Amino acid sequence: MTPVMHLNTPSHCTQSPVEPPAGFDAAAIRAQFPVLQREFNGKPLVYLDNAATTQKPRPVIDTITHFYEHDYGTVRRGVYALCEGSTRAYEEARAKVSRFINAPLSCGVIFTKGTTEAINLVATGYGRPNVGRGDEVIVSALEHHANLVPWQQLCKDVGATLKVIPINDAGELDMAAYKKLLSKKTKLVAVTHVSNALGTVNPIKAIIDEAHQAGAVVLVDGAQAASHIPIDVQALDCDFYCFSGHKLYGPSGIGVLYAKICHLDEMTPYQYGGEMIESVTFEESTFTKPPNKFEAGTPPIVQAVGLGAAIDYVNQIGLPTIAAWEAYLLDIATRKLSTIDGLHIVGTAADKVSLISFVMDQAHPLDIGTILDTEAIAIRTGHHCAQPVMKRYNLPATARASFAFYNTVDDVDRLVAGLHKVIELFE
Amino acid sequence: MTMTHSTDQIQAAIVETFKTLPDWDSRYKHIIQLGKQLPNMADADKTADNIVKGCQSQVWMTASLNDDGTITFIADSDAVIVRGLISLILRLYSGQTPQTILETRPSFIDDIEMTQHISAQRSNGLHAMIKQIQFYAIAYKMKLEQGL
Ligand SMILES: Cc1ncc(COP(=O)(O)O)c(C=O)c1O
Repeated sequence: MTPVMHLNTPSHCTQSPVEPPAGFDAAAIRAQFPVLQREFNGKPLVYLDNAATTQKPRPVIDTITHFYEHDYGTVRRGVYALCEGSTRAYEEARAKVSRFINAPLSCGVIFTKGTTEAINLVATGYGRPNVGRGDEVIVSALEHHANLVPWQQLCKDVGATLKVIPINDAGELDMAAYKKLLSKKTKLVAVTHVSNALGTVNPIKAIIDEAHQAGAVVLVDGAQAASHIPIDVQALDCDFYCFSGHKLYGPSGIGVLYAKICHLDEMTPYQYGGEMIESVTFEESTFTKPPNKFEAGTPPIVQAVGLGAAIDYVNQIGLPTIAAWEAYLLDIATRKLSTIDGLHIVGTAADKVSLISFVMDQAHPLDIGTILDTEAIAIRTGHHCAQPVMKRYNLPATARASFAFYNTVDDVDRLVAGLHKVIELFE
Repeated sequence: MTMTHSTDQIQAAIVETFKTLPDWDSRYKHIIQLGKQLPNMADADKTADNIVKGCQSQVWMTASLNDDGTITFIADSDAVIVRGLISLILRLYSGQTPQTILETRPSFIDDIEMTQHISAQRSNGLHAMIKQIQFYAIAYKMKLEQGL
């Protein structure tokens, strides 16, 4: 039995080709990313692990360097010029994030160290006080462990039940099953906007609306969405939205939690320390208002400024243009990979970001990744921190190529050539 | 009695073979060839208990103590390149005494000049496999010393 045979039917290939956005110069954009100029094994790097983390453009690197060289100081504490400048830059970064996701007020945006911390913050600060014995939390079968384990552990600790929205063979959520899972017991729905393992874009607006009708709040894991899809948290009406800076061409060590103000006011702090305190005695502390209430300690100042620069960079090119180029690459790559003998694409949702998970009859994903590495092609292999997804397809692992707007058609061709080399070596 | 080579000789022979291979491609081809030739482990032995943790592919290993005080290792993986690495490791360690195993550093890994490519990559489980072999050697050494 070959468990993945039925997967290799990309609806894509019957449709007419996707056109590239007019005037888009991928080579010129690629030139702005220093790491992409590197060679390995004497071959130019083809970086196709963008779903794990993205490379940084020159303006982001320059902003960070310049900030350390000219502007660096602590935030919120001092009366001197450097501190005031740093504080202003840090808060300006917050404002940029707010505008990027159309958040109503800057104070609904909290800086964290990443998506993982943002989700844990909500699981602790909102989940603990609001989810109790007999209640239910709903996640989907597509979740990254970061949006699964915090809820699983919360449910265990408080005596609640975790429910899972199933997926079909294409990797799309079963919305009818979701509606059946919702009930008065549902306190919270935590769903990913885009699957990191398969690339599926979930109908997040419908998910949120259904949950609200049932009286539940919704957390959206936007780690894989923020770099591909324009986000409007007010139009979505989500209660929480999280993403990571490092997947959005920004620095590592910075992430964003957007939350509706009403929740933030009620939530308990997640960590305690400096900067989040109004007054402290040995008996008692009172806490400042959000966002500071959730940003204990010296925050990731330069990372926030770097994220602001990354958002400026993305805005300058425009997410719709980025999405159009990536759709073009996805279409070409899907067509070309589909013609490779023994290759099966895993995850064939109608709505996908530029990511292709696949397995090959000839070689294990680790073998594929190792041989591609000799060709200076970087892809991800493994379970992608989404073991339940792998289990759903009865696979121990997949190979995953994920494309960003700095990837080119030549990168796709190098991947295809690399895969032919894999076949030659392992057949 | 079977002919046993000293572990130094075995490592030298492995390194010699790799030296004759001019580039990464041919070295990988060699490893893949070894991987294809490695005898399969019986499916019945591919149990959760025998899984070597810390590898990106699935790796299973069993060990048994022979009457002459040497240990026989059997290992397998679902990835061919990992099977090739297993083949090299078993060639070095299987059939040796616990004492020899614990005294033998797998220097061939550095010497075949694939360090950057292979041993640095924890994902292939090389590190975890060697640890597992040492773990068995310690366990059997204690067993022998206690006369069990
Ligand atoms: C869907 C999804 N959620 C959450 C995360 C965790 O993000 P981070 O490691 O930046 O906290 C990732 C990262 O791989 C992801 O892809």
